[in-house]
Amino acid sequence: MNTANSTKHHYAHHFESAEHEYQTSKFGLWLFLCTEILMFGGLFVGYAIFHHKYPELFKAGSHFLDWRLGSLNTVVLLISSFTMALSIYYAQMNDRAKTLINLYITLICGFIFMGVKFFEYSHKIHEGLLPGHLFHYAGEGANAVANLPLYFSFYFCMTGLHGTHVLAGLFLIAWLIVRTHRGEFGPKYYTPLECVGLFWHLIDLIWIYLFPLLYLVG
Amino acid sequence: MGTAIVDKNKNYLNEKSGLWSWLTTLDHKRIGIMYMIAVMFFFLLGGIFAMLIRAELFKVGPTLFTSPQYNQVMTLHGAIMVFMVIIPGIPAFLGNFFLPIQLGAKDVAFPRINLLSWYCLIVGAAVVFWSLLHHGVDTGWTFYTPYSISTSNGTTWVVAGAFIIGFSSILTGLNFIATVHKLRAPGMNFWRMPLFVWALYSTAILQVLATPVLGITLLLLVAERVMGIGIFDAKLGGDPVLFQHFFWFYSHPAVYIMILPAMGVVSELIATFSRKTIFGYKAIALSSVGIAAVSFFVWGHHMFVSGQSEVAGIIFSFLTMLVGVPTAIKVFNWVATIYKGSVRFDTPMLYALGFLFLFTIGGVTGIILATIATDVHFHDTYFVVAHFHYVMVGGTLMAIMGGIYYWIPKMFGRMYNEYWARITFVLIFVGFNVTFFPQFVLGALGMPRRYFDYLPVYEPLNRISSVGAWTIGVGFLIGLFVIIQAIFKGEKAPENPWGGKTLEWQTASPPPHENFHNQPVVTAGPYEYR
Repeated sequence: MNTANSTKHHYAHHFESAEHEYQTSKFGLWLFLCTEILMFGGLFVGYAIFHHKYPELFKAGSHFLDWRLGSLNTVVLLISSFTMALSIYYAQMNDRAKTLINLYITLICGFIFMGVKFFEYSHKIHEGLLPGHLFHYAGEGANAVANLPLYFSFYFCMTGLHGTHVLAGLFLIAWLIVRTHRGEFGPKYYTPLECVGLFWHLIDLIWIYLFPLLYLVG
Repeated sequence: MGTAIVDKNKNYLNEKSGLWSWLTTLDHKRIGIMYMIAVMFFFLLGGIFAMLIRAELFKVGPTLFTSPQYNQVMTLHGAIMVFMVIIPGIPAFLGNFFLPIQLGAKDVAFPRINLLSWYCLIVGAAVVFWSLLHHGVDTGWTFYTPYSISTSNGTTWVVAGAFIIGFSSILTGLNFIATVHKLRAPGMNFWRMPLFVWALYSTAILQVLATPVLGITLLLLVAERVMGIGIFDAKLGGDPVLFQHFFWFYSHPAVYIMILPAMGVVSELIATFSRKTIFGYKAIALSSVGIAAVSFFVWGHHMFVSGQSEVAGIIFSFLTMLVGVPTAIKVFNWVATIYKGSVRFDTPMLYALGFLFLFTIGGVTGIILATIATDVHFHDTYFVVAHFHYVMVGGTLMAIMGGIYYWIPKMFGRMYNEYWARITFVLIFVGFNVTFFPQFVLGALGMPRRYFDYLPVYEPLNRISSVGAWTIGVGFLIGLFVIIQAIFKGEKAPENPWGGKTLEWQTASPPPHENFHNQPVVTAGPYEYR
């Protein structure tokens, strides 16, 4: 237990108190999450429109994805969200060791997710299952449905934007780990943990939607 | 901290010195000034392109450019003016400076994010100009597909630049919403906020909710150009009209991102210079929010002839006319405020009156364009060009100019030259009407927009229009000198030259680093002002 460190943080000059700063940061972060939802919203609306236009295309396209890998990633992300929440709880309880363990588990889960995605991507690239003009797959089911490349445009745009966010989240979690090692967080100051946590949960939530829309529609 | 040593000679300008202290500043006032410099530079560039456009259109046939060059000049004029001048113009410059002061706050909620937003604008602009080395861009500022997919490589850079600039806008809006909710001085409840703050707050909601949609649209367009993803490409099963829907879902609210802050400035100007309590305070405040809300549901009026269903067209037409209601509420309340007021006709008030006159014309012609039957005739003609210039230039730029003259004494502690400032108003106001009124007629006669040439029958009116444009150009150039002269050589300004009642007039000119001198303890900071 290191109570000495938890009082280190001074809030910025334009706030009345540390609590005021914490509440404002959280409010700002929620606004940021709104912008994220609207950004992904564009893709989801595009998906809805084209799914309405070519329902068969999305059924056929999803057969090229491995639902087991998608499920694995879903489970991994759900676990990481849980450990992320635990790390905040332990910071509030002033237990640095357990905060760190949970952050490390979150980080590892994020890496597993990206590893699986890397494996999936390289397989698709190898096969030529690519967006638009880049599509050159000639194997089984290539001509089963019209506009098959369009499905992979959605697949790569949606998971690509999501993956970019996971990557950003991993950097942020690594940064949290460094700061936790330095003993900067405690019951009186854990704003960065809370904010990265909210961001990480949103990324998780978006994946919860992407998984059925892309892997399970067939 | 804590020891309240007040040095009356220290202010935000002289507290630190050197270029580096500016480039790394977290002070919202300094960031506001940096926005001012950036926006003025971009305005000068965009203005030069405007002058070149009018020079080309002065007479029939090729004059200065080939037609591809003209398309690039026209596109750059639009893209610079929209993304780098009018959108950041009032919120990020005047708003950054005055929103916290008007709320009695020491800074915006997230000062570092505020600085980041400025760098986003600069980096985004650099990326846009980088396109000039890659054969430029000739799509018009709207980047409509399918043309924007197949045209020159510069397009990718401009689209990427606009994407980065979007972050600047989002971050500014996010900061303002958080500041309004969390950093109001004690006793400053929502119904005591200045109308400029209400306008900026409504704008910020639009910036936060609409800009991300532009972001994803532009990203998809970049992906379309780099990888050919086909979502907007009919050849690959995609839908080019979807791009228009996505684009206008942002870009119509963006029109209100441009005009709402201007309305806020005008509310301040009219109240101050009429020396009268503003008429219908709550109505003006809520009409800002109303305009912001309705603006999300009107994007289809840009697409009456793009093949959307008739039912959709009728609904969008109706909703568009609905915007006229809160807008008219504002205009009538402003006029009612002037009525029986003790009106002072200083330059800022002249600009506010100019705004009322020009914006009303812009608004009423907007109703004509919102009517489907007439829009089919006016669509893509100079009538539309004249309409949105009356709103954007006659509205927003008049308000920026009025706001700059109004707040120069506060920002720099110096007065501008009233005589020359009035001359700028006369030149800009007269020049503006000479430029754009003939364009209504040209549009009604059927002259299409965006072409580098026209039929001989349109020549006389185009000549008048070009002469008007150069008059505006001279007006703005003189205005620039008046501003520079005021900043460096102007007479010392008192704390409250106009007798304003909002909080910024109750602090020193220029304000100190934390905006107000007489705060008892810096870290506790309850502001006990009237």
